[in-house]
Amino acid sequence: MTQTTQTDLPHWPPVNPASSPFALLDDAERLRLADQAVTRVQLPTGATAWLVTRHPEVRQLLRHPAFSSDLQRPGFPLLRPLPPEVTADSQGAFIRMDGEAHLRLRRMLTAEFMIRNVRRIEPLIHQTVSEALADLAAAGPPADFVSTFALPLPSKVICHLLGVPYADHDFFQSRSRLLLNRQVPMDQLQHAAQELREYLRSLIDAKRARPDDADDLLSRLIRERVEPGELGVDELGGMALLLLIAGHETTANMLGLSVLLLTRHPGRYALLRDRPDLAPSMVDELLRYLSIVRTGLFRVATEDVEIGDRLIRAGEGVIALLSLANRDPEVFDDPDGFDPYRQAHQHLAFGFGMHQCIGQPLARAELRVALVELARRFPDLRVAADPQELTTRDNSVVFGLDALPVTW
Amino acid sequence: MAVDRERCCGAGNCVLTAPEVFDQDDTDGLVLLRDPAPGAASRDRVQRAVDLCPAGAIRVG
Repeated sequence: MTQTTQTDLPHWPPVNPASSPFALLDDAERLRLADQAVTRVQLPTGATAWLVTRHPEVRQLLRHPAFSSDLQRPGFPLLRPLPPEVTADSQGAFIRMDGEAHLRLRRMLTAEFMIRNVRRIEPLIHQTVSEALADLAAAGPPADFVSTFALPLPSKVICHLLGVPYADHDFFQSRSRLLLNRQVPMDQLQHAAQELREYLRSLIDAKRARPDDADDLLSRLIRERVEPGELGVDELGGMALLLLIAGHETTANMLGLSVLLLTRHPGRYALLRDRPDLAPSMVDELLRYLSIVRTGLFRVATEDVEIGDRLIRAGEGVIALLSLANRDPEVFDDPDGFDPYRQAHQHLAFGFGMHQCIGQPLARAELRVALVELARRFPDLRVAADPQELTTRDNSVVFGLDALPVTW
Repeated sequence: MAVDRERCCGAGNCVLTAPEVFDQDDTDGLVLLRDPAPGAASRDRVQRAVDLCPAGAIRVG
């Protein structure tokens, strides 16, 4: 990468917050970045990277085998310097692996999250939604939608699927949030990751010490992969960590933002109740419009590749900006409008390429059931706060609301 | 048309897009072709599945 001073380069992540939770970026910043398909940006470490902002180029980049997800490769775009020793801690983190090493671990999970299996657990989702609705009703009005409904629902579901006791939710939720915060100092981040790894490791050890025929994912992977020697215990711990964090923070933030948006579109909210058959396309439009992974997906080129009209050199960092690709006017008419009747299925909110979200059938089902049942049980749901007072997670890898006071 | 199970990453987009043509294997969650010669009625959905496949594992023609 060039060492010349590049003070005029746009900063990434952006310095100025967006004007509203639904504007992806500060208006001026967006104009500047969306002007070209590929733009050079400056990272907080002082390094530069290419920011890729349009739908075709983001797809090309994320599906291309010459872009690596391994953050220990030289040139990988980092938001803060890596600690010296991360090798031992990265076992099982297949989100950061490439090629066969990635597929080996991912494929141990694909059957777990496939559409048919998620249909099988739909009664569990319904049951958990009912509990969350009852908790919300008991807590208010008014009540905080985020802590009473949006976070407990996916948290309980992923705990049930993994075989992690939900009673420990305060512990893992607080540490997950730290891990996703881009501004947390590295020592705190490592400490939180270490605590979570130790927690999951002791859970796995306890399950191994008392083998049973429990039907949760960790028990199954222990029986079918760890005991036969196919999978290391630390690898399983790393996979569990990834699934636990990804399994609740993403859906929770989607739920909070979805409710904020739908309370501004009462007709659309009522439609969830009256035409639940339209809910799947509403969920896709919410995923597109809200695009909560707003920092983008980070890769490093392993060979020279042309993306858009730019030659990306081997060793250069690249950021696929899913959120702007999801507002690409060449793909979506009126991209800044929220329109559940359009064909939103082309959105890239779950990423693209071999790393595309493995839990998307689960996320879609949770969002659909939760929003439909919410519209049935709370038809008059309203936000009980001035929109300007809502605090957004601008420094999180997963964008969302800290709290959302609602009334009914 | 053909599917490449070596490339497939099991995201399930094809099953969501054209369930009459694609399925997921019970044991590994990877793509299965239910209908290797889908009719004209499925053409648009199959093309969409090709475009949406994150792994580029579906080929037509």
